[in-house]
Amino acid sequence: MEPISLTGTVLLLPLASALVIMLFHGLLKNVAHLVSTGVSIIMFGCALIFLGAEDQPNGLLLYEYLKVGTFTADIGFVVDTQSRGMLFIVTFIGMLVHIYSLGYMKDDDARARYFGALSLFMFSMNGIVLADNLVMMFIFWELVGVSSYLLIGHWFKKPEAADAAKKAFLTNRVGDFGFMAGILILFGLTGHVSIAQLQGSMESGALNHIRDNYEWIITLAGLGLFLGAMGKSAQAPLHVWLPDAMEGPTPVSALIHAATMVAAGVYMLVRVYFIIGASHVTGDIIAWIGGITALMAALMATQQSDIKKILAYSTLSQLGYMVMAVGLGGPKEGMFHLYTHAFFKAMLFLGSGAVIYACHHEQNIWKMGGLYKKMPVTFWTFAIGTAALMGVPLMAGFWSKEGILAVAYPEHGHGNGILFGMAVLTATLTAFYMTRLVVVAFFGKARGKDADHAHEAPLVMILPLVVLAFPSVLAGYHFLAEPLQALVPNHHEGAGAKVVMGCSLVAVIVGFLAATRLYRNADKDPVNIPLFANKFYIDEFYAGLVKYGQDRFAWLVTALERIFVDGLTVRLPAALASGLGSWMRGLQSGSLQAYTFVLGLGIVVVVYLAVFFSTKP
Amino acid sequence: MSLLEIIILLPLLAALVTWLGSPARITALAASLLNLVLVGWAFLNYQSLHGADGAMAFRHARTVLTSPHIQFAVGADGLSLTMALLTVLVTLAALWSLVDKERIYYTSTLLIASGALGAFLCTDIFFLYAFHELALIPTFLMIALFGHGDKKDAAWRITIYLGVGSLILLAGLLGVVWYCSPEKGKLTFDLLALKPLAADAPYAKYAAANFFVLLVGFGTLVSLFPFHSWAAPAYAAAPTPIAMMHAGVLKKFGLYGLIRIALPLLPTGANTPWVQHALLYMLLGNILVMGFVTLHQRRLDGLLANSSVMHMGYIFLGLASGNALGQNGAVLLMFAHGISVALLFMLCGRLRNQLGTLEFDKLGGLAANAPFLSLIFGVGAFASIGLPGLANFAGEVLIFLSTFKNFQASEGFTFLQITTILSLWGVVISAVYMLRAYRKIFFGQPSAGHFMSDPSLLQRVPMFLLAAVLLVVGLYPAILLNVVQVSLAATGLK
Repeated sequence: MEPISLTGTVLLLPLASALVIMLFHGLLKNVAHLVSTGVSIIMFGCALIFLGAEDQPNGLLLYEYLKVGTFTADIGFVVDTQSRGMLFIVTFIGMLVHIYSLGYMKDDDARARYFGALSLFMFSMNGIVLADNLVMMFIFWELVGVSSYLLIGHWFKKPEAADAAKKAFLTNRVGDFGFMAGILILFGLTGHVSIAQLQGSMESGALNHIRDNYEWIITLAGLGLFLGAMGKSAQAPLHVWLPDAMEGPTPVSALIHAATMVAAGVYMLVRVYFIIGASHVTGDIIAWIGGITALMAALMATQQSDIKKILAYSTLSQLGYMVMAVGLGGPKEGMFHLYTHAFFKAMLFLGSGAVIYACHHEQNIWKMGGLYKKMPVTFWTFAIGTAALMGVPLMAGFWSKEGILAVAYPEHGHGNGILFGMAVLTATLTAFYMTRLVVVAFFGKARGKDADHAHEAPLVMILPLVVLAFPSVLAGYHFLAEPLQALVPNHHEGAGAKVVMGCSLVAVIVGFLAATRLYRNADKDPVNIPLFANKFYIDEFYAGLVKYGQDRFAWLVTALERIFVDGLTVRLPAALASGLGSWMRGLQSGSLQAYTFVLGLGIVVVVYLAVFFSTKP
Repeated sequence: MSLLEIIILLPLLAALVTWLGSPARITALAASLLNLVLVGWAFLNYQSLHGADGAMAFRHARTVLTSPHIQFAVGADGLSLTMALLTVLVTLAALWSLVDKERIYYTSTLLIASGALGAFLCTDIFFLYAFHELALIPTFLMIALFGHGDKKDAAWRITIYLGVGSLILLAGLLGVVWYCSPEKGKLTFDLLALKPLAADAPYAKYAAANFFVLLVGFGTLVSLFPFHSWAAPAYAAAPTPIAMMHAGVLKKFGLYGLIRIALPLLPTGANTPWVQHALLYMLLGNILVMGFVTLHQRRLDGLLANSSVMHMGYIFLGLASGNALGQNGAVLLMFAHGISVALLFMLCGRLRNQLGTLEFDKLGGLAANAPFLSLIFGVGAFASIGLPGLANFAGEVLIFLSTFKNFQASEGFTFLQITTILSLWGVVISAVYMLRAYRKIFFGQPSAGHFMSDPSLLQRVPMFLLAAVLLVVGLYPAILLNVVQVSLAATGLK
């Protein structure tokens, strides 16, 4: 197949599926899930062919979206290692999640709507991956946001789900404000929005000159784009929507809120790395935001009792890692962690879904326990995912996490001792909270009726878990990573490499031992740190800000508008007019019909005057 | 009779026939469908029939007065055809959505349609102005007679306000005619004749002042801050088809006038720094002040009415940029806003009829029993907050980009660019109030005593029509842009 028809299919097929299902979901009630899943399988096939396609450095044009004069913003595709690798991850996990959902959403009343939204998501996500210009990326960026909104709010009758959906979209809008501002600056400086052209300009063109003389503007543009990434990849302080997004169905959490959409921020940063890397300030800010997010989220994860919330904070923390790596000058390391993380985190979420399904929608790990015997396949795959996430040697996460630690190590170009320390601490905490989760949920005795009666999930749900177990172990090795077009970072050599390796091993061991010691045979949490359990009270702070800041301000503005604008332009003239003379009263007390008649008469009079004036010599 | 004359007179004729007693619904729908076909045909064939130079086509003129020179002259280019297309689409949807309504609803909607079409398709300033006034009269009357809530106050307010605005506008228009006319004593209202004369007019001294008068006059009609106080109460009170026609179509006349008359005839006036600064302050008032006012609304009608005022700020921003990107974006957004606000007012009317209240605190969970309605409302709501893939975004992004065109790092941000950054924050505010409203009305548990069902298949047609237009233009804006941009270029705008 021609590359353009291949990418066109990947983009337009899920759009068609989404539109057809949304419009006719009454008629398609019993086939929508099959349509959507079929489409996801075809997309995966396309992505596989795509892996072997040739690079298209200048992009493939589907059509000109906006064209005014010399300005164009295309719907066009870029084909390079990065987009091919990412497309593989998105369609692979997308396909597995579709299949898994066949089981998980079997009894849902609105299954057709769910699968329609899933197709819409695939369309949008593929668009981000393939976008060859910033406007197109922004378009799909927001469309991903809206499909996430629909899926988080799938059970919209539940107030928590409805609120979470709104929160996710609005938090992302704040990020998109920055994204658009960044696009505007870059467009203003160069006149185009194509990523390849901007990159060329940065290497030897207008942007290059501007960087040398006015670095602040490049910094500002980079920070704007980064604000967009902060929204999508849930970096502090815009992280608050992601834990709440767990109100959505669990397969959605696996696909969107763990493996793909939240990684889009990192993907975008790597795409525009030439802008971020051009300014030290931008890089530093990004690295610190990433590092803080990683550590803060890991701390919060240690005190959660909802199985999905633990995984959500873990996702935040790992995204923080990736962002930090990009900020520290390691885009490849960031992308590599994105790639391995996608597999094992998706598997962990799907595994948690199987547990929740088996325990009749119980999500509290303290009401689980002893599941390892009842759900052996789920347990073993979950254990593999946990090991990969903790960074147990030879697992996928080990390689990618080590890469990130190596970038942070002071010996590396932009490395920073404090950030390295924070990253190692985060790794320790990761081992701690994941061990805690597994020990509490899968071992010991069942602490609830539902957990007691749990049994293994059906085959359609088990199968994706087993499939994902393989890359969770093997994705870090070259024989798999290279054909999948993953950006494998260069191996770091030198004295630092041994320190990094040592720290990473110690972190895993310390975290693991501490958690097993504390939580073995525990019936309730022996550790109690309200600050972490309450997520540093950031949500409460924002709620207060909205209520006492924004809403009070809106009230104030409304009152002022009524007093001044209305007063000056309506009431004052009215008062003046009525005070001016009683002769106007006849006009004002008349009926509306009379007034409109006068209005018409006014036109005639004015025209008459015009005629009169114009005929004067 | 030329094609455009038929397009203008068809709804007028239908209004007359309906008033005289013909079956109202059938007459009105037949006339508006036929008009959609005619305008659609003209739109699609404009470029192939009249070359790609973007000039006025389908021209026809009948002299009414020789001194001053007033003609009943019609003509259309990409800009006017886009506005005409907007008019016939919204008219059809507004008429279709009328169920069990008195004859006068059909008559007045058709009258407004005729007035709007006349205003968009006439090339003589006198008739252009007069047709707009013609359309305002049924608007006022319908609000006063069949409005909701505080209808008398709202009707008085819009009548006096727009009446005064129209008079200011008239003064400005006469000023243009006076100064651009070839010699004293030979006034001409012919827009096409004035344009080549404008360049040589001995005008520099008054251009800025005259432009400003036009800006205030036209601006009042578009609810430019601070001349907007009429809009929100009027839309909240107006009967549904009237709100759709005015907010969707008629309000765009002010913007159309600025693009058609003020900008091409008074370019030096428009470029005067103090005029530009005044415009930027005013549009910031629309976006930020009205954004927060909208945020404060507790009822759906008030929210839609105020948000419609707010969104005008973005269109003005496109005009303020002074380049082709911005003007094309403005026209695109005029069209998109018209369709989306008409759709939202239509659905709002439906909610009011069936539920009896529009207060957020009394509503909830409508999506459970009315999935189609919630989907379509979602399309309208997301379109209005500028979601890509729907038409409004295409206009907005062009407008934003236009203000940064030729940004110089050495000079830092200009006032225009700072305005844009602040306006970008308005996009966040829009999302906040729209999604809050959507959450309250459609999500959550259905509230007791307020049951909402989906419309019948037949009643879904107008909703589907407008939503489909938003989607098609959103995915492929070139469908409008190709036609609009050649004409804007031919208008002599920069």
